[in-house]
Amino acid sequence: MTATMTSAAADDTTMDGTAMTDSSVTDSTPDDTAIAEIEGLNVRFGPAHVLHDVDLQVRQGRTVGLVGESGSGKSTLAKVLVGVVRPSAGTVRVAGMDVHRLRGKEHFAFRRRVQMIPQDPFSSLDPRLTVGESLAEAIDPGRATVRRHHDRIEEALERVKLPGVAGRYPHEFSGGQRQRIAIARALAVRPEFIIADEITSALDVSVQAQVLDLIAELRDELRLTMIFISHNLAVVQEVSDEVAVMSRGWIVEHDTADNVYGRPAHPYTRLLLDSVPGCPGFTLDDQ
Amino acid sequence: MTESIPKGVADRTPQASRWRRQLNPLTISGLAILLVLVVIAIVAPTVLGDAAQALTDNATMGPSREHLLGTDSLGRDIFARTLVATRLTLLMTVGATALSIIVGVVVGIGLWLAPRPIREPGLRIVELAVTFPGILLALIIAAIVGQGVIPAVIAIGLGGAPAFARLAANLAAKVSRREFVQTARLLGVGPVRIAMRHILPNMSEPMLILMASAFGASLIDLSGLSFIGLGVQSPQFDFGFLLNDALHNIYTHPAQVFGPAVMITVTGLAIMLVGDGLAAAANPRSSMPGVPWTRRAAARAVERAATTITEPTTGDRLLEIDNLVISGPTGQPIVKGISFHIDRGEILGLVGESGSGKSLTAMSVARLLPSTLAASAQRMQLGDIDLIHRVPPKQLARAVSLVYQDPGSTFDPALRMGGQLSDVLRVHLGMTRDEARERILENFRAVRLTDPEHRYRQHPHELSGGMRQRAMISSALNVDPLLLIADEPTTALDVTVQREVLRLLKQQNLTQRTAILFISHDIGVVKALCDRVMVMRHGEILEEVAAADLDPDHVRHPYTRQLLDATPHVEVPTPDLEGVGAR
Repeated sequence: MTATMTSAAADDTTMDGTAMTDSSVTDSTPDDTAIAEIEGLNVRFGPAHVLHDVDLQVRQGRTVGLVGESGSGKSTLAKVLVGVVRPSAGTVRVAGMDVHRLRGKEHFAFRRRVQMIPQDPFSSLDPRLTVGESLAEAIDPGRATVRRHHDRIEEALERVKLPGVAGRYPHEFSGGQRQRIAIARALAVRPEFIIADEITSALDVSVQAQVLDLIAELRDELRLTMIFISHNLAVVQEVSDEVAVMSRGWIVEHDTADNVYGRPAHPYTRLLLDSVPGCPGFTLDDQ
Repeated sequence: MTESIPKGVADRTPQASRWRRQLNPLTISGLAILLVLVVIAIVAPTVLGDAAQALTDNATMGPSREHLLGTDSLGRDIFARTLVATRLTLLMTVGATALSIIVGVVVGIGLWLAPRPIREPGLRIVELAVTFPGILLALIIAAIVGQGVIPAVIAIGLGGAPAFARLAANLAAKVSRREFVQTARLLGVGPVRIAMRHILPNMSEPMLILMASAFGASLIDLSGLSFIGLGVQSPQFDFGFLLNDALHNIYTHPAQVFGPAVMITVTGLAIMLVGDGLAAAANPRSSMPGVPWTRRAAARAVERAATTITEPTTGDRLLEIDNLVISGPTGQPIVKGISFHIDRGEILGLVGESGSGKSLTAMSVARLLPSTLAASAQRMQLGDIDLIHRVPPKQLARAVSLVYQDPGSTFDPALRMGGQLSDVLRVHLGMTRDEARERILENFRAVRLTDPEHRYRQHPHELSGGMRQRAMISSALNVDPLLLIADEPTTALDVTVQREVLRLLKQQNLTQRTAILFISHDIGVVKALCDRVMVMRHGEILEEVAAADLDPDHVRHPYTRQLLDATPHVEVPTPDLEGVGAR
């Protein structure tokens, strides 16, 4: 892979990139209960084996960054967590519920407690609904009216610093503003667990910085638990407590952010870090 | 190529102005004819109702002053009857079209909501029904239900429904893949509510267009049904009925056919004109305002400004640009009089956020500006080529090469790699097929594409994104250009692949002394690759700085500093050996 990989790291890993044990993640936050627990998760789409034996725990109040290149399985993992993709094997429990065996009222309860912020600010809001209508639908999917939920809608919009826009349509907003509206919609439900899938990838850097600040601020204020998915290592480092590195459907490394970035254990993590311009290991000289 | 504005920018344009812009003369005349027809339909039966029914002694007469189009076999005035028939004909057509839409949309959405075992066979049946001529279906229904106004409307309405059902099912499938529908589903919104609230409103535009053509088809089918005697029955009459009436006397009084025939044609024409107008408005590709058709094909070159300097560049200067102005279709400046240069063997970075004008600046050097834009400069000199004058395509192709952002769409998916890469060499450098092949394989090796002979025969989809971008760069190098313009060449790539592509560009620059104009929004990438960097915003160059000085302590302009601050860096922390507590 790369010349810079340490022999110690190589010893810890089998050649096919099997997941390392994450025994080193023994953190002592006030609350140690796991919000999301994934055990032995495998996903196959026909002949394609998309996720291999994924084990992942996300504890209360923590933000786990999920980083990897295209095709590594990060988005599939997110879809499994919200119940859109069914696992071929393994269990996924979120907020005490088995995501793929929800019964009756559990469906609704699950949708209230877990929210996903989608990637593309240009297609995540229905162009024919006002901002208020979109938020009302999130608050009350059955009989959404803006008037009935006016206060909660305003509160959510104020949180993302866009007060008083409930009556306007998505096309009136820039990409960054739309992404903030999408965040407001997710928060209007008052969830405890947020999955953010590449939410800044379509944005300019200055707008990205605003959205990242906002997400970090809201998370601390509302004590949210979060999975933050991105291909951008710097962005992931900025918001995450722990980082899981994915490659070809495996979680190759999961540790505290400081350990992953400061003392990468897996050669693939090393390779990723060395590929980021500006990192100490980055060079354009030919090997 | 315009700025890399995110998709969906089209729906930022307010809908209202889009429709206004699309009201071309043909659409307006279509609407005007329709309006006249509606007025006739409302007024004629009250004013001419008696005249249309009055029996006179003048049966089967030719045109005269009293009876403009003559009289029928019972002596009734055909002109009056034709105008009076407009009401019933239009009402029946509207009724049949509405029935088609309602039945079609209900069936289509219903199929989309239905579980898969019902949906798939249902869709096949609908497709079968679409191929079955509506008029035949109508004949069968008319035979069963009987004749008259209502049965005819039901027959034609049901006959037209499958087309709407298929469109509705297809559009529902398309709309439901958009993120907001999936989000709604995740929020727990029920399927029927999703259909009513999200799917239906978002398919109204294509529906409207199909509605216009369905209206025309219903008109013809209803007239046909009445014409063969299975539609409207006496004493009621529509255009088709009148046509049938006139047929009996066609050899003796051909003028009788004239009235209903013209009315059917005019009504059909009006609705087709409106339908075309709607279709044009809904298709963004046909909506380029204010540009004559003839100029759309050719890419635009830069015009000469009032005073120009044209002496060749000297010494180490490869590209010199003075006072480049690019303005949009309405004359608003996008690039506001910028000047810069590139030395031989230099890598110049151009950074800025979307809308800063960086891509347009680069495209003007390659003379590839969209024809909706106007550009002028006092000087644009690339080596000994004056870019303001007409440049022979061959000379330009040898001097400038381009690498685009999206390796997925720069190649024609239908052609093999070798075929499309050798085109340039054979056309512009006059190489034979074998010479071109040799050169391409050599460059494939230079960019370290594995198994070059095999890649040469492969189609683009068989290569990964990184390999395609290498192939793109290799093809850009085929002509040994003086200047390589790379527009966000690594934005769509993974970081590990990005590093390889950057290495490749650097290597080419070092070994061949190829000058590179490198455009990126990523300040980290630019700093790593370039010698010198220009920061652009709103069409102006704010700052020019050596890449090595691209840090908050050395830059001068506040915007550059802001950009640097906003760019997240990977920071290498002191490792926490206990693995405890990141935050």
